[in-house]
Amino acid sequence: MTDRTRLALLLAPALLVLGGLFLTGLGLTLLRSFRYMPALGLTEPDLAAYAAILTAPGFLASLAFSLWVAAASTLIAAVLALAAALLLRQTFPGRAVISFLVQLNLTVPHIVGAIGILYLFSQSGSFARLAHAAGLITTPAEFPILTQDPYGIGIILLYVWKELPFITLILLANMQTLGEDHEAVARSLGATRWQAFRHVLLPLLMPSLLAASALVFAFAFGAYEVPLILGAHAPKALPVLAWQASTDTDLATRPEAMAMAVVIALIGCALLAVYGRMLAKGGAGAR
Amino acid sequence: MRANLRTLAGLALAVFLVLPFLPLVGWSVARGWRFPALLPDQVGVDAWAYALSPPSGVLASFAVTTLIASATTLLAILVGLPAGRALGLYRFRGRGLVFLLLLAPALLPGIAVVFGLHGILLRLGLAGSIPGVILAHLVPVLPYMTLVMAAVFARFDTAFEDQARSLGATPWQTFRHVTLPAILPGLMVGALFAFLVSWSQYLLTLSIGGGRVQTLPLLLFSFASAGRNDITAAIALLYILPGLMILAVTARRITGRGAALTERLHP
Repeated sequence: MTDRTRLALLLAPALLVLGGLFLTGLGLTLLRSFRYMPALGLTEPDLAAYAAILTAPGFLASLAFSLWVAAASTLIAAVLALAAALLLRQTFPGRAVISFLVQLNLTVPHIVGAIGILYLFSQSGSFARLAHAAGLITTPAEFPILTQDPYGIGIILLYVWKELPFITLILLANMQTLGEDHEAVARSLGATRWQAFRHVLLPLLMPSLLAASALVFAFAFGAYEVPLILGAHAPKALPVLAWQASTDTDLATRPEAMAMAVVIALIGCALLAVYGRMLAKGGAGAR
Repeated sequence: MRANLRTLAGLALAVFLVLPFLPLVGWSVARGWRFPALLPDQVGVDAWAYALSPPSGVLASFAVTTLIASATTLLAILVGLPAGRALGLYRFRGRGLVFLLLLAPALLPGIAVVFGLHGILLRLGLAGSIPGVILAHLVPVLPYMTLVMAAVFARFDTAFEDQARSLGATPWQTFRHVTLPAILPGLMVGALFAFLVSWSQYLLTLSIGGGRVQTLPLLLFSFASAGRNDITAAIALLYILPGLMILAVTARRITGRGAALTERLHP
């Protein structure tokens, strides 16, 4: 058996699964977004679904909402994760417990975290009760709306809680491969702690920080179950809007759901490109 | 002073990480917990007793979720192990493209692929069935498994296999006694995390299962939207158990100092 045939045999099952399910699935979504559905008598592809979603007010509001939530969550999680990684690299009492908690959090499904956040921050949740006990409010309605709110605060809180450990672990893994030599050299040449961090460690961590951030952004942008629990009635997160359009009894909205899925896929592809570039730049920790 | 500050920051981080679990634990043992009470009015195991009794459907759902995640993991090993070997051991034209094809399903949101996937599985007669859900879960799980195995095989020395073969071992014997022991630790980590990726799926199960396949997250959501906080909390805590057990097996010291972590993480 030549290497070529061996290679083809080894790769064939995976390519079959990914080609047959993933690529074909994307292709089918794309065809249907062009309103090409022979089963329904639609054989003339057109862009009507895209025109429809672009002129409907809900779509653009949802797109903006999902981009906002993803951007805010990613930025806050990335900054806090950087601080957490720097902290966990030091020795202090209780570090083992915290590094266990960081890893524990990674295994918790998003939907569980979302319910926990809801029970903490809703108007009758734990913090509202604490505010009542402190004499700040007398009824639940006086507590600020932090979950199922139009700004996505609850959703952002959940993503920060869930993705901070993810980015922290990637940064710690990257720091382990780097070791402390570079900083030690900078310090011995007279750099302050801050200078050594800012000009030596941070640039070295940047590729893996950006790669991890691209993953977090992609997830926060495209997740369905989190805004389902923590999102407001309007504006809906884009994945929620797309899913509802797809389950609408009016079959005419199906192509619009497909068009939204295509928009989501395109944004995902852009993030994939960022991620790929950052990995190529040598984000060893994120691999 | 500096050390105190560190401890304080560590404490803040620990509280932040634990916080969402606290109301879940509280609700799961609460018998009535009205606003503005800080603690449950009465404490009992009613919610747990109901969640663990057959009528709630939680145990059946736990079994279905376990079955789906196990089958998905097994399939992912069968398909992903050979592909990981190819990617880890060989340099070939189009290798970058295969990597891209593997990264895409892991990175693209489920909603982007779920409609088309439903169309395909419908045509195969698998929509609304457990095998259909397993195939759908394979899409996000397989990339993860393959990339872990590619990393494992990148550090694997095929010379041992050649020696076994030259001493007369059959291909199966070589795999069983030479290759497998060498890749087993990486394979285990990959398999456990593949299990967790399937275990956490929501949208793919909802869409492909079409309401006929009730995994735990779907059941959890229906209790949550029914406003049964106590039962929801009990199910949520049951739902994170496998993750806890897997963590107990795979937890490692992360220091940011020593040797590198090698396994691939996912958000």
